[in-house]
Amino acid sequence: MNTSLTESSTAPSAETPEEISRRRFVEKLSIGLIGLCSAIVGVPLVGFILAPFFRKPPENWVTIGKPDDFELGKTVAVTVTDPSPLPWAGVTAKSGVWLRRVSADNFIAFSANCTHLGCPVRWLPDADLFMCPCHGGVYYSDGKVAAGPPPLPLFRYDVRVENGEVQMKQAIVPISTAL
Amino acid sequence: MIKIFKTIWKWLDDRLGISVLISPALHIAPQDAKWWYVFGSATLCAFIIQVASGVALAFSYIPSSSQAYETLQFITNVAPFGRFLRGLHYYGASAMVLMIGAHMAQTFLFGAYKFPREMTWTTGILLLTFTLGMGFTGQLLRWDSTAAWSVVVAAEQAGRVPLIGNWLAQVILGGTSIGGATLSRFFAIHVFVLPGIMFAFIGLHLWLVMRHGISEPPVADKPVDPKTYRAEYEELLKKSGKPFWPDLAWRDVVVTTGLVIAIALAAFFVGPPALDRPPDPSVLAADPRPDWYLLWYFGLLSLIPERIEGYVMIGFPILIGLCLLFVPIWNHKGERAASRRPWAIASVCLAVIMIGALWWEGDHSPWSPNFDAQPLSEKVVGAISGPVFTGAKLFHDKGCLNCHLIQGDGGRRGPELTYIADKLTRDNLVIRIVNGGTNMPAFGPSLKPGELDALVAFLETRKRPVPGEKQANQTASSSTSATK
Repeated sequence: MNTSLTESSTAPSAETPEEISRRRFVEKLSIGLIGLCSAIVGVPLVGFILAPFFRKPPENWVTIGKPDDFELGKTVAVTVTDPSPLPWAGVTAKSGVWLRRVSADNFIAFSANCTHLGCPVRWLPDADLFMCPCHGGVYYSDGKVAAGPPPLPLFRYDVRVENGEVQMKQAIVPISTAL
Repeated sequence: MIKIFKTIWKWLDDRLGISVLISPALHIAPQDAKWWYVFGSATLCAFIIQVASGVALAFSYIPSSSQAYETLQFITNVAPFGRFLRGLHYYGASAMVLMIGAHMAQTFLFGAYKFPREMTWTTGILLLTFTLGMGFTGQLLRWDSTAAWSVVVAAEQAGRVPLIGNWLAQVILGGTSIGGATLSRFFAIHVFVLPGIMFAFIGLHLWLVMRHGISEPPVADKPVDPKTYRAEYEELLKKSGKPFWPDLAWRDVVVTTGLVIAIALAAFFVGPPALDRPPDPSVLAADPRPDWYLLWYFGLLSLIPERIEGYVMIGFPILIGLCLLFVPIWNHKGERAASRRPWAIASVCLAVIMIGALWWEGDHSPWSPNFDAQPLSEKVVGAISGPVFTGAKLFHDKGCLNCHLIQGDGGRRGPELTYIADKLTRDNLVIRIVNGGTNMPAFGPSLKPGELDALVAFLETRKRPVPGEKQANQTASSSTSATK
């Protein structure tokens, strides 16, 4: 059985130019069709996987409370919920940010992500410092780097008071692209 | 009856080609390939355990950001054998990392990567990379608080890649933040993409082992010469080769049996790693740490100078990967025996010491502040009122204790201050506290009047006890401190 297979796969020794030409044609045709099939399946597949990453970051304003919910001068952790999460996001639709009421209508929202490697920084109210548990990055109360490896100050999100509500831009994870 | 079975076997063998399929196991190999050669089989065994236990876990695991944590709790606490299976998967992964490391070190020290086995080594290095990828993605599927924050850490690291960093970070997060898409993507990578690639590369790796043969143990002063090696190897096999199965394979079976028993015992008695809190990114009291096999890299990132950190973060893994991939290209002939290649022994020793030391540091992570530091006890403070007492309280409240150690309490991020008064004068202490310094914030702007004096008063009592006298911190009275 093996012998016959080998024989059948071996080209006859005396082939006419037409036969050789035909072989080259069907070879190219087959490769082309395989490429076409791969494209038919592959392009939507790759597009499906990669398309979400070319979307623009969300620009939604999210209400996080009323101004009077926040004590003047205090820095508190607030939970921001993605207004349009995937239905199966569960608790991961939430994000944490550090919010400070600076004056009656003026708020600062700091990202909770350390600019070193993204770990969640903690606010030490008595020390007036943000401190990162991972590699010991420390930030002053205005978000500037006080010590440790962070390359940049804490990121800030846009906050506004609109219609009696404190609103902030949807919290995305800020990526420190600085080398 | 036997005749019937024989007939059936012959028919099946003819139609299925079973004898042909298992014939590689009977190939002739050098008879001296003994106990040092078992690590490859052990790695394969660990991989098979991973596939089997992973498939079983997938029967209950739901790769949904909202449900994965609950299914893991169900698997661990409710499902029959669930805890054991999770343990099997975790310790199987650990064993796979250890065995692949041992296999690589043995191959390197034996010079088995040299002609004609260069690509066998290269495919092995790629398999090491995929294995570490499996380890990382597997930790993330443990979808608890640590896992969720580890995704952010990975995204931040990817973000440092020039030009495409931001996009890569989004690929890892599954968007611009952790959410519904994050876990399902890692699940697909961990369960389909990487294992698929690994099956292909393990097949290729084994094919190359068959194609070039199991390398014979090296002999000093018998260098590899590409012109003559193949003929010499064939001659060796003809002269003293043995069938791999069972003459040589029994050792692999013994070691892999030991490995399976060790993994099972660890899974049963130690159990899987405990689940952290739910993966809620709004809970900021999280302290993400990688699993043990990546702790050394966590340590490295903490210890390298900050100004070159970004370059190391991106360049180091690439450099190590390229070095390993190109080892057989640079050094494909010549001596194989480790006794004639002292640099090879030094490289392996250096790698083991370096990874071991970084692992130790990563595990202890002295650079991490101690958020659990409790206020110093009365015995340590040596006062129950007055500036020393107030200073000790401030030392805790201002976060100083998070980073500084005093008589065994506190953090290790900064220098120990148990006897700081022996080293720094009052003026030095004031300057240091007010202005800060390397890796220390300036506390001047945040201290209220009187707080600086109290802090300094407390620190001035931190003296080494003089023999014959009572310990300074035990005798320090509030009144004497107040006068300083």
